[in-house]
Amino acid sequence: MSGSSVRIGVLALQGDFALHGRALARSGVDAVLVRKPEALEDVAGLIIPGGESTTLLRLMGEWEFVPAIEKFHAAGKPIFGTCAGLIVLAREVENPRQFSLGLIDVTVERNAYGRQRESFQAPGAAVLDGRRVPVTMVFIRAPRIRRLGAGVEPLAEHGGETVMARQGSVLVATFHPELTEDTTVHRYFCDLVRRAPAVA
Amino acid sequence: MAELDELRIADKKHIGLAEMLKGGVIMDVTTAEQAKIAEDAGATSVMALERVPADIRRDGGVARMASVKKIKEIQKAVSIPVMAKARIGHFVEARILEALAVDFIDESEVLTPADEHFHIDKFAFRVPFVCGARDLGEALRRIGEGAAMIRTKGEAGSGNIVEAVRHMRALTSGIRRLTTLSPEELMTEAKNLGAPYELVRWVARAGKLPVPNFSAGGIATPADAALMMQLGAEAVFVGSGIFKSSDPARRAKAIVQATTHYKDPDVLARVSEELGDAMVGIETAKLAEKDLLQTRGW
Repeated sequence: MSGSSVRIGVLALQGDFALHGRALARSGVDAVLVRKPEALEDVAGLIIPGGESTTLLRLMGEWEFVPAIEKFHAAGKPIFGTCAGLIVLAREVENPRQFSLGLIDVTVERNAYGRQRESFQAPGAAVLDGRRVPVTMVFIRAPRIRRLGAGVEPLAEHGGETVMARQGSVLVATFHPELTEDTTVHRYFCDLVRRAPAVA
Repeated sequence: MAELDELRIADKKHIGLAEMLKGGVIMDVTTAEQAKIAEDAGATSVMALERVPADIRRDGGVARMASVKKIKEIQKAVSIPVMAKARIGHFVEARILEALAVDFIDESEVLTPADEHFHIDKFAFRVPFVCGARDLGEALRRIGEGAAMIRTKGEAGSGNIVEAVRHMRALTSGIRRLTTLSPEELMTEAKNLGAPYELVRWVARAGKLPVPNFSAGGIATPADAALMMQLGAEAVFVGSGIFKSSDPARRAKAIVQATTHYKDPDVLARVSEELGDAMVGIETAKLAEKDLLQTRGW
């Protein structure tokens, strides 16, 4: 495997970054925990994990991660956000309105299914590289994608709504593939990173 | 190795919420304004309380679940998860908290126990539970009852980290010890620990608990939070330490930074500057046995 030496960062300010690291390792990729913006220079892709988006934003602001991630994105390097990571990456956030990076043209509503009592797990399917693959979806105080921009490609649905999507080098999911043993979604992201022009 | 799915433990989505709270700070609050300060400072969650542990300790009397009105006000004020405490064994307080859609129920020794023999059957609820533990046996008993998260107890309301350190060290050394035992030793060890055999066997192989392990009880400074993280805590609860200090917003922000950058002494030094006064604190060795909160629960 020519791409096995690729390194992918996981933003390790707060949240389930260790589980993303485990999923990357199982996908045959070196995971690098990113706690300072300088660490972004050594990685070809970045995962923004689940956690609390308000906490992530505060910690990102403290360390000037916003311009660093914008630069990372402008260089064509892929970014994957799950749940809180999606909220941080979205163009617009509701419930409540809050700052976001705007790197994918979607509007998301936070905690849109309700509180933890309404969290759930469901079998689902994604269409990745033209192939339909089963994916177990765990939704935890999950957001909902309320608007999908024209340039955004839906990759998976649940209950008739898009729960995973991609715009160019930015991949997002409202659920948590890192909580399951299945590495399908992470392997898809690793392939995006390997194929990205910045790496080639 | 036995997969997590084969154990009878809390639901994956509930353990999942605990996973999302890792690397963060859960703050005790008694009003909606305090909850907002905590959220703005970067708390991952707030614990709704009638009184912080230091005041419970000072005022005495029976400490119960927070009032429904207070919990609702706090839920309305913030977008982060809201936790609340139920008395040990008080499954009706827990039902009320479930009806309020509290995100995590803390079956807590900080409140006056309602049952001296039995903890709550946590599998019977649609919301997750966190429980305190002082050692591996206690942690595994609570996980066996369905807790989705463990927090070492420390001594709540003391502002003194020594008990939190004692309990975290007891837990991690208990786990390490299990990993050195041969299969035929595990049943006797389960008996000695008073813990479910299947969980003992799983921990012996995995070298960790099957649910996240946080630290509570005595954290008053950024250095305290970083110490607990370095000793193996995956996140921290701060009770009286924030709103009993002279500048809560500033201290809350500093503890959030310290919990993320717990291995970086330069960051810890920077955030520890100009914090104002910490809560005064109590020398726990001088507390009478009857005044300890950590000995509640079993």
